Amino acid sequence: MNLSILLSLVKIIVVIAYLYGLFWVMGVKVRPVVIGGKKVDFSLAINVLGVVVAFFIIQLGLTNIGGFQLLNNFDSGLLFQACTMTMVALGLNLIYGYNGQFSLGQWGFYGIGAYAAADITYRWTNGDASGLVVLGTGVILAGIAIWLVGKFTSNLRRMPVLSSFTLYLLGSLIAAFIAIQLGKLLSPAINPLLGTNLAPGPLAQGVWLQVVFFLSVIFAGIFAAEISFLFGLPVLSLGSDYFGIATLGFTIVVYTLMVNSDTILPFPEMRGGRGMIGIPKLTTWFWAFFFMIAVIVAMRDLLHSSHGRSILSVREDEVAARSMGIDVAGTKLMAFVIGSLFAGLGGGVYAHYIGFLSPGAFDFLIGFNPMIIIVFGGLGSMTGTITASFGWIFFLEGMLREVLGKISPEAPSWRYVLYPLTLLLLMLIRPQGLLGNTEWGFLKLPTVPFKNTADEGENA
Amino acid sequence: MQLQTRPKKPPIIVRPNSFLAWIGRAFLILLALVVTYILAQNLIQKPLYFVTNVINGLQLGFVYALIALGYTMVYGIVKLINFAHGDVFMVGAFVSFFAIERFQLHQWPLKVFPSMNPFVAVAIGTITTILLSMVVCVLLAITIERVAYKPLRDAPRIAALITAIGVSFFLEYFGLLEFVFSARFIPYQRPFEVVTWYISDGIHRLENGQTPPDNSIVISNILLIIILCTLAVLVFLQFLVHKTKIGIAMRATSFDKPTARLMGIQVDQVISFTFAIGAAFAGLGGVLYAIAYPSIKTLMGVYPGLKAFVAAVLGGIGSIPGAFVGALIMGQAESMTASYISTPMRDAIAFTILILVLLVRPTGIFGEPEKEKA
Repeated sequence: MNLSILLSLVKIIVVIAYLYGLFWVMGVKVRPVVIGGKKVDFSLAINVLGVVVAFFIIQLGLTNIGGFQLLNNFDSGLLFQACTMTMVALGLNLIYGYNGQFSLGQWGFYGIGAYAAADITYRWTNGDASGLVVLGTGVILAGIAIWLVGKFTSNLRRMPVLSSFTLYLLGSLIAAFIAIQLGKLLSPAINPLLGTNLAPGPLAQGVWLQVVFFLSVIFAGIFAAEISFLFGLPVLSLGSDYFGIATLGFTIVVYTLMVNSDTILPFPEMRGGRGMIGIPKLTTWFWAFFFMIAVIVAMRDLLHSSHGRSILSVREDEVAARSMGIDVAGTKLMAFVIGSLFAGLGGGVYAHYIGFLSPGAFDFLIGFNPMIIIVFGGLGSMTGTITASFGWIFFLEGMLREVLGKISPEAPSWRYVLYPLTLLLLMLIRPQGLLGNTEWGFLKLPTVPFKNTADEGENA
Repeated sequence: MQLQTRPKKPPIIVRPNSFLAWIGRAFLILLALVVTYILAQNLIQKPLYFVTNVINGLQLGFVYALIALGYTMVYGIVKLINFAHGDVFMVGAFVSFFAIERFQLHQWPLKVFPSMNPFVAVAIGTITTILLSMVVCVLLAITIERVAYKPLRDAPRIAALITAIGVSFFLEYFGLLEFVFSARFIPYQRPFEVVTWYISDGIHRLENGQTPPDNSIVISNILLIIILCTLAVLVFLQFLVHKTKIGIAMRATSFDKPTARLMGIQVDQVISFTFAIGAAFAGLGGVLYAIAYPSIKTLMGVYPGLKAFVAAVLGGIGSIPGAFVGALIMGQAESMTASYISTPMRDAIAFTILILVLLVRPTGIFGEPEKEKA
């Protein structure tokens, strides 16, 4: 028993050290080297190489080499879970930690992303292209419609929120209607190429399937983002606590719809409360890692752009931000939409790793987890969020489950008693979270690149 | 460098009565029309069924009101969504369950005084059970307040909110453990017999095993007890808040805490008292809810707690009549949704109504308009 505790602890430490190493290598800057009279900056190449090496380190651990596999299925499951949780928690940190909007709706968007992505690939592997066609064209058309309405309303002042919401809603509904008609028109043309579940056609295997998987995750993310746009537009104008309760309500509504997806919603393949089975398990370590790194890079770059500055300023003081000419409502909406986009992407990755979606996994009680993670890690700290996500999954799901399971079969349920207590202690002792708002390596503010002193002389 | 920028089009100001401003209102009016149509159609087609639904909604709404009062008072004073309130409600139900099941507390008057009038004995026994639940809930709430919330009074609000979530989770997951309350549904034994009446042509008592005739409205004594208790609590609270010293202290604290402290009000005690009062009503609500829907489980407090908070927000948070009215609306909405739209959507309807009402009146129905931010 002691050995397994030690092993779990070592795993946690190794994983966190791995993350820190990854962010260090992603943020490495080197002096430009002069080759043949030209200055070449190798920083980017080193960063990319570092990411690739980091990918292969875990990939090697997951590969079965001569009957030996360093990371077993349980560990790889934890890794995938941690990656999706990182995406969800980063999105929430953008909404809450950086923009100060107390949102409990992240889990709902996560669920929307998961179900949307799963539906696309499930239909695709069962010889029905309508999922991809409808959702793909739908999100694109809805995006265009939202953009057009936004263009139209951008020059209007004192437009009531409800009016613009109605216009956006109308636009999206028209887009959805067109997409459904397109799906009816186009999918019969593609369906013969898909084959059936047992005998997949040319488009339902190999590279094409991977492409469809990639598209499904992307479309699911955008779908979640568009829903969050429509939902956030009216709701963000409420006060902070009311916003929290309304978003909590959103999660509950999504959960209710999931439970009744085969009765209220017309999706018999989701099987309602019994759970959706038969989702192709397409998430590999490559995809999980790819999407996680993409989310991290996108969020880091966003935060260090001028939009990110306005997001931060809205958190600090809305009135001051408005007086500096920042569109407060628009900034809130942007943060909310991007955060939900990340949650949707995470949901898509999760669905294809787990292969089985049950509404119970998207219950709002579990939906507090990302909130607790970002509070643990430190609001407004990406490093803290990522560390806390990995630590949370590996500690709570990995170590405590294993260790408590050895004591008695019922003991693992004690871990849910322990973590609220830890949370209480943390709040009493260190309310700003474990890491406060410190960042590490790549996630730090970008510094001015190295300058050659001789170079400066020439310019002057 | 581009010095000249293209002249921007001057912004168009949307007047309150212009077409664009009316689009949003038209959306709301359309929604209201659809709801009215559904209700009116059902009222005309099956008026008795409609009245039955109203009665069911009343029963639910009055229980929600008891929980919402605690929410609205606590939020009014410390600006904290007390997520643990729903779990205090659950504890109240479970305390009465154990008191009845294990110790037969509801029968003590008959055991001590065998010659007592059975009706009085049952009444005293039930009241004792309820009082026990209320006392336990008060103790629990004061403990929570002292241990978890008080040290964080000057911390940022998020810390207190996260702590509230933590306390709520602790109560829930601790209760879910096998040796505490377990995760099962537990049948609840009522402390008194249910008496039902049906109204068709006059009021008749429904005998045991008899099914009510068609075209009749069924009313049970549980409904009457719930309504009586809630109204009594409301009157008591109005008296407490507006006529007594502690009530004045509560209002002063909710208005301006530092100044209240300067005026010699012991703010910490007032806040503890508020938590205690809220918890007492939650305990009462828990027992009544368990009596009305006699199947309890550990997570039973989650949804009623949330809906009661929604009710409090709907009525205007901090306002006692507001919480009551909001809870009645919640009860009706839930009952009507379950009957006429779809049963599972009844958990979702509360939040839809909340969003719509807050869009029109951002401070709730009875809420005072928000002060301008300095």
